[in-house]
Amino acid sequence: MADRPKRNADGKNQPHLTLHVPEPSYRPDADDVDFSAIEIPEAGAQPRPDEACDPEETHGLCTDLIRVLGDDNRAHGPWDPKLDPDTLREMLHHFALVRAFDERMFRGQRQGKTSFYMKCTGEEATSISTAMALQPDDMVFPSYRQQGVLIVRGYPLIEMINQIYSNSGDKLKGRQLPIMYSSREHSFFSISGNLATQTPQAVGWAMASAIKNDTRIAATWVGEGSTAENDFHAACTFASVYQAPVILNVINNQWAISSFSGFAGGEQATFASRAIGYGIAGLRVDGNDPLACYAAEKWAADRARTNAGPTLIEFFTYRAEGHSTSDDPSGYRSAQEREAWPLGDPVVRLKNHLIELGEWDEERQAEMDLKAAEKVKKDTKEGEKNGILGHGMHQPFSTMFEDVFEEEPWHLREQNEQAESERETKYPDGVPH
Amino acid sequence: MSETKDKPKPKQGRHATGDDRRLNMIEAINDALDVAMGRDENVVVFGEDAGYFGGVFRCTAGLQEKYGKTRAFDTPISECGIIAAAIGMGAYGLRPVPEIQFADYIYPGYDQIISEAARIRYRSAGEYNVPMTVRTPFGGGIFGGQTHSQSPESLFTHASGIKTVIPATPYDAKGLLISCIEDNDPVIFFEPKRIYNGPFDGFFDRPVQNWKSHPDSVVPQGHYSIPLGKARLVTEGDQLTVLTYGTMVHVAKAVLEEKGVEADILDLRTLVPLDIEAVEKSVKKTGRCMIVHEATRTSGFGAELSALVQERCFYHLEAPIARVTGFDTPYPHSLEWAFFPGPVRIGAALDKILKD
Ligand SMILES: Cc1ncc(C[n+]2csc(CCOP(=O)(O)OP(=O)(O)O)c2C)c(N)n1
Ligand SMILES: [Mg+2]
Repeated sequence: MADRPKRNADGKNQPHLTLHVPEPSYRPDADDVDFSAIEIPEAGAQPRPDEACDPEETHGLCTDLIRVLGDDNRAHGPWDPKLDPDTLREMLHHFALVRAFDERMFRGQRQGKTSFYMKCTGEEATSISTAMALQPDDMVFPSYRQQGVLIVRGYPLIEMINQIYSNSGDKLKGRQLPIMYSSREHSFFSISGNLATQTPQAVGWAMASAIKNDTRIAATWVGEGSTAENDFHAACTFASVYQAPVILNVINNQWAISSFSGFAGGEQATFASRAIGYGIAGLRVDGNDPLACYAAEKWAADRARTNAGPTLIEFFTYRAEGHSTSDDPSGYRSAQEREAWPLGDPVVRLKNHLIELGEWDEERQAEMDLKAAEKVKKDTKEGEKNGILGHGMHQPFSTMFEDVFEEEPWHLREQNEQAESERETKYPDGVPH
Repeated sequence: MSETKDKPKPKQGRHATGDDRRLNMIEAINDALDVAMGRDENVVVFGEDAGYFGGVFRCTAGLQEKYGKTRAFDTPISECGIIAAAIGMGAYGLRPVPEIQFADYIYPGYDQIISEAARIRYRSAGEYNVPMTVRTPFGGGIFGGQTHSQSPESLFTHASGIKTVIPATPYDAKGLLISCIEDNDPVIFFEPKRIYNGPFDGFFDRPVQNWKSHPDSVVPQGHYSIPLGKARLVTEGDQLTVLTYGTMVHVAKAVLEEKGVEADILDLRTLVPLDIEAVEKSVKKTGRCMIVHEATRTSGFGAELSALVQERCFYHLEAPIARVTGFDTPYPHSLEWAFFPGPVRIGAALDKILKD
């Protein structure tokens, strides 16, 4: 069957077909990493259409790159959100806290205090700056790399730590893999381990909000790799059909574990330009430019809030660290990439902007970083009092059977009793904590 | 995009030589893929991170370097696309071996497996077939939480038209995988990831073991195959029959040894088609049957086994059939060992069935 006929059916010699398999520019051994082929337009050069514009008017922006902060550390052009210095300092503070938290939790995993952790290093602006552009009660459907949204919404660090350590203080009862948070109080949907499932769910929530003539909108985040899943395309279709008040944030951090963005279609078109085919508004944004991230999200939020329709935003950024604590990126990409990334680091860019404005200095930055580290350290110690993973079982066995259903059916009740008698056999003196 | 010049040396893919070489299960699977690809150029291997990097568990390491990018490649993150593309390649005449990174992530491809792969031979009256082997790691015991721990085998055994295979040792993993790839029907090959690196005995608080000292880690070089539909008798004994597969083979064996119970432990190896002869023969001999699997209980494969044993061996049974399984909850992260059907659960069932 697989044997090719010598000639095609019409008798003509035709060229042999060949399969294209994408290949990233650089692999581990490369020491000549050069991203100059990536087009980086001048900050401030991108037009800013009205929020209520026809989707078509945004389509030029789907292949452009919205930038506000220039190399001169100043804000430029129509997308400048004109945030006051206090708001900018607040944003910088969130950055510092998330970075300190990521460091500490990563280390905690290495020290055997939990099973897993994921950092968002280099991508902080795509969740912190964007979340600041939303209302606190707008509903968010995040992926696993949006710890920044929780920080912006004032979710206590200690709750995050308890969840990561799966300990007795964990509000999710030790059931979820670390970082798979949930907080209804913060309009933050329960995170799934199954990629992209949250994307069409966000559209559904937004549809409900519209059905009920509510004022709240929904936003969702998804990795560029995950846009290959059917769910993402269902989200775009539903968003377009019902003109749902939703923002679809695509975080293009160039990598999906070991696969570069070319394996999600990024070689042939930008992720933002998928909006064109679905007839929805699309924006492509410098994801390491905190002001541009804020401005684009605000634009899309205002658009959704005024019944003008959904927006798909691609944030062009770089995953500076490994995928997770289970990953070693030196096996598939060059360590030089991080340094060579042409869009810089969002924290440094925001800091330099504030300094340029005369509203900040290196001493205050150092002090803030130190305070953030101390705060994280203090809360971690506090969290450890509730236990760490693998050192004792911190939840009563019966919690395993709760919330499978609203009410426990007979078979779960029996299994619950069985688990309790197994506990008595294994730990006659009580479960070690 | 430019081609890379120097690729790092594969970490696996070339294994020790000699007839007594010992491999862990990852290496044995890698070896099977290598042998299958070497013998048949229609065999292609692909999946998320399965190409250049060689898979998050390293099962496909070195294959891209050896066989090239059009025979071992990365895919988009779309399990639907992965399975569907494999079906299309099968229709052309290739022998695709897609990898689904975790069994917990197979559901976006489920429609393509159930409605398509499992039915194409039937609906085309044999015109088309799907010679695809879907490899996927499954099972818990690695603190993976509910999305890296599931055992969904019964969702597949319930569909007519797809074979379900589960190895329990490196030797079997290689021989069975080669048979799956050579089979002309779709097969799902579940790899028990808790025993990728060593034969876990269920005592999670004891030191981990590796495969080196286990007799079934001796994996011959080159081609050999283990027929599908044949169970393996792990131990022999008259007191009872234990029907099990995957990780639980080792757990059950360890518990029986600790308790000094002599039993026929049948490692089923293939759930569909099942080695019913071996099951019947053993249960008729011992008169007692215990089924052990890690998957949730309700509608698990144990229910099917229990029905079959009851239908065929009822007059030989001296005690009710026992099912030892995971609980009917999602796999909890921190209470993983309270969920896992470990030594305490097996031990209690054993005491009861021997007393009855
Ligand atoms: C349905 C599904 N398939 C596969 C996986 C395994 N997986 C977890 S993260 C990941 C890569 C995702 O990359 P991307 O969407 O780019 O997000 P990033 O990690 O870069 O933030 C993969 C393949 C999964 N969690 N769910
Ligand atoms: Mg990514």
